Amino acid sequence: MTSSSLATAPTRYSTIAIVLHWVLGLALIGMLGLGVYMTDLSLSPFRMKLYNWHKWAGVAILALSLVRLLWRLTHRPPALPAPMEQAMPGWQKLAHHGTHLALYALFFAVPLSGWAYSSAAGFPVVFLGRFPLPDFVPVSESLADLFKLGHATLAFTLAGLVLVHIAAALKHQWIDNDGLIQRMLPGRG
Amino acid sequence: MQKTTVLHGLALASTLLLAALPAQAQQQLVPAQSSIEFTARQMGVPMQGQFRKFDAQVAFDPAQLATSRIRFTVDTGSVTMGARETDAELPKAAWFNVPQFPQATFESSAIKALGGGKFDVAGKLTIKGSTVQVSLPVSLSQSGATTTATGTLPIKRLAFKIGDGEWADTSMVADEVQVKFKLALTGVGKL
Repeated sequence: MTSSSLATAPTRYSTIAIVLHWVLGLALIGMLGLGVYMTDLSLSPFRMKLYNWHKWAGVAILALSLVRLLWRLTHRPPALPAPMEQAMPGWQKLAHHGTHLALYALFFAVPLSGWAYSSAAGFPVVFLGRFPLPDFVPVSESLADLFKLGHATLAFTLAGLVLVHIAAALKHQWIDNDGLIQRMLPGRG
Repeated sequence: MQKTTVLHGLALASTLLLAALPAQAQQQLVPAQSSIEFTARQMGVPMQGQFRKFDAQVAFDPAQLATSRIRFTVDTGSVTMGARETDAELPKAAWFNVPQFPQATFESSAIKALGGGKFDVAGKLTIKGSTVQVSLPVSLSQSGATTTATGTLPIKRLAFKIGDGEWADTSMVADEVQVKFKLALTGVGKL
């Protein structure tokens, strides 16, 4: 996200950053699908299982997002290639930085709102059925409704931004033909 | 002279009756200070619930445990776990089957003092048409005119077919449910 164009700066993301990007990216897409699917089911043991799995996965995503954020803050990502940086209109740079910033904010906001919703609904989150997470929100029907709406809204916002992110990556790949995507692809130096 | 004896006898009998009856009539449940709650577990997640409506008929005399009786009835339709969705599900046939079994009851058969305000109340617990012999640990505490009986009874929900059919899977909803009760009574004699 920094726009430094030092010649010595790396041209690819680090392996850890690449692994976290793809694991969390696929996890978020899977979670959106699971979330949309499970909320439509009527109450059954199967549905309860899915809800628990969704919560466990959410806890794992939250933890990995923290690792990802710390990694991002301590490891400078590769700068955009200088010609690209110069050719980019101002609004695109703004969109580029803004989207990434919003994505990172939502990596935390979405799982945290889900956790709060679960607590408010009277179902404390117990990771893997063994490790109880604290409730930061009291049990309350009105709070539960609020966090449910918040969780869904934030999740769909995240989904929208992921689509923008993918569209931008594909635009670079297929329209601009600039190979920018190589920076984030595994195993291709 | 004979007449007098009969009268005496009647007077004595009624005195005994009066002595025995008020002891029962005076013990009243204070619903506002009483609660019947339970904790079930689904995939390790504790879930709290409670019954909003219940009543108790208590004839309890700490000095006369042999004749003491405790009976309480719980309206199964008053069950709530705090969420609309579960509350809509619990009265159904797989859970409490409220239309067919609107009440759960406990009826004591023997009360044993364990000392220190603790009692063991043996009796029959009937839920959803199934009766199980249970032993209820009860602690009594007195404050002013109110005597509060508290205790926790672990029950096996499947013994009563609570959560039948697809819900019988105990890896999903654990078999053991902790029932926690607090009954506030007025009119109990000094412990």
